[in-house]
Amino acid sequence: MNAREKILAKIRNAQKNKTTGAHTETIASHLALHPRGPLPPLPDNLLARFKERALKLSSDVQETSDRMEVPALLANYLRERKLPCSGVCWPSLSGLPWSAAGLDMQSRPAKNHDLVGVTGAFCAIAETGTLMMLSGPDTPATTSLLPETHVALLDPRRIVATMEDAWDLLRKEHQQPPRAVNFISGPSRTADIEQTVTLGAHGPYRVLLILAPR
Amino acid sequence: MQNTSLQFKKQVTIKLADVKLQDALSRLQSRFVEGRSAVISEIHDLQETRTAAAAIRDRVLNDLEHWLLHFEQQATTRGAIVHWAETGDDVNRIVAEIATQHGVKTAAKSKSMVSEECGLNDALELAGVAVMETDLGEYILQLAKEAPSHIVAPVVHKNKEEISDLFAEKHQLPRKTGIAELCREAREVLRPAFLNADMGISGANFLVAETGSVLIVTNEGNGRLVTTLPRVHVAITGIEKVVPTLEDVTTLLRLLPRSATGQSITNYVSVLTGNKNKEDHDGPQHFHIILLDNGRSSLIGGEMQEMLRCIRCGACMNHCPVYQNIGGHAYGWVYPGPMGSILTPLLGGLEKSPDLPNASTFCGACAVVCPVKIPLPDLLRKLREKQMQRGMKSRQETLMLKAWAWLALHPNMYALATKIGVRLMHTMGGKEKLLHTLPGASGWTDGRDFPAPSGQTFRELYQRRTHK
Repeated sequence: MNAREKILAKIRNAQKNKTTGAHTETIASHLALHPRGPLPPLPDNLLARFKERALKLSSDVQETSDRMEVPALLANYLRERKLPCSGVCWPSLSGLPWSAAGLDMQSRPAKNHDLVGVTGAFCAIAETGTLMMLSGPDTPATTSLLPETHVALLDPRRIVATMEDAWDLLRKEHQQPPRAVNFISGPSRTADIEQTVTLGAHGPYRVLLILAPR
Repeated sequence: MQNTSLQFKKQVTIKLADVKLQDALSRLQSRFVEGRSAVISEIHDLQETRTAAAAIRDRVLNDLEHWLLHFEQQATTRGAIVHWAETGDDVNRIVAEIATQHGVKTAAKSKSMVSEECGLNDALELAGVAVMETDLGEYILQLAKEAPSHIVAPVVHKNKEEISDLFAEKHQLPRKTGIAELCREAREVLRPAFLNADMGISGANFLVAETGSVLIVTNEGNGRLVTTLPRVHVAITGIEKVVPTLEDVTTLLRLLPRSATGQSITNYVSVLTGNKNKEDHDGPQHFHIILLDNGRSSLIGGEMQEMLRCIRCGACMNHCPVYQNIGGHAYGWVYPGPMGSILTPLLGGLEKSPDLPNASTFCGACAVVCPVKIPLPDLLRKLREKQMQRGMKSRQETLMLKAWAWLALHPNMYALATKIGVRLMHTMGGKEKLLHTLPGASGWTDGRDFPAPSGQTFRELYQRRTHK
């Protein structure tokens, strides 16, 4: 017997008298129904809740009603903080007027020395102020990970209440999860030294969320 | 990792006298205990959610074979390769084989307590693979050649001055003193390790059976880096970590970070399914998942099965008056605190850790804060019963317990014995009303005086009061 068979046999023997034999059906029905657990009560205004929680997680939040305004908004944000005005963006965002705003945004996955990464998001979760990102050829995971500043454009209509709602949206639009689903809740941080929270560990030092309708 | 829990009492004496450690442990209270209490109340109905979480874990544990098979099938469909390991040594062998197969020379690792069980780093070094720990705490410990003392905050026992000295010595850079500067320095030193690693090694907080996914919660981003950049990713975890659906794991995620670090959600929650597609720019080409037994299957179906619900949040140790005073190293293995006092004897053998089930005041705080409602004091008591049944207790303790058991079954003799006892102790206490020594209880009186009884038993006092 190999290790797999040995481990499974040990479990099977230990549970011999406990399982009823109906497990295959029970498993199938639990998977098919994927019932939700207890849910938190959330206010009707999901946008307000999302913003409140995102700020609490040390994300920065800005809003505009015109998507074309995003580059100017970002240029302003970067200059105020004396940050570099160049970086990379997802291919779907390459059509925005970056250079008109004085930004050099290249449409490619991030490399080590890129300092600003601009992404979209699959959706966002109001309960915790969290972004949900799906990996893929046009949505590389490194863009939100390697640069010191991560900028995410988010359509406010894509804010859902809970992570459960986000899973349903994923099932509806993509059937199955991509290689990586990353939930991002603010800049990377560590509290390993003396339990003191420090922003900017191995991922971004800051996260700017720009709420702009598509 | 070597189990040194036989030396528990000796280690406790050393740790209690360690001024720096005592100072470091005092931070646990404010950061973790108060941190948890501030955000746990965000959960609308905490008890209902804890009950649901325990039920999710039980659903899997009660039918573990089938959930594991479902997970394996889903993960394999998506391109992952699932390995099974009976022992820590088997894990080390499998990882070394994967390394050879893919020509791996360097590995970057995010925090994994299961890999600590195996002693993976040493084994890989022997196999010619250079391993770099990338979680800040684990990296500090790797430099200092020390073991973690907490399952969530591995370096809780060190202060920033020690870390400054360590970095200055090992990095050969000017000594930094601020915490933010130290973090920046570690980031810059470790970045090349992520970029150059052939293999990324991670643990898994959960395995999702529905989708065949490995789920990792992290704050630093190193977990994302080691599972995104290297061409090979190996995730190592225990067989008990399976959760049925994405909804089920979401319920557990409401509890895990709140219980662990007082966060509503960790910075990153990564759900990793299968390997990189041809069109993808990033992600590992090869994704291996190793499922470790190491004694876990022996708990299935028995009276200790509830211990396998554990989601490794560390709340039990943060709230434990014993852990708060002695820290994690005294426990002698990977898992300290109440959960460790149960897991270490169960996975490593009760005879190798005879003191651990007794390292508890039974105050019950651990059971109150446990997000998956593990009855930790009950399980500790069951281990003590086992020690008694197997004749593992000292002759003195056995005799005293037998005498007490006999008295408890003979109420009249109990009344007589206690009457004599309290009168004797009252007299011995003298004017001070304190006993400086007690035969058979030097463990108590060596450190403090025992208050002398008033001279009458509770039953006498009670009788007098009700007859008034």
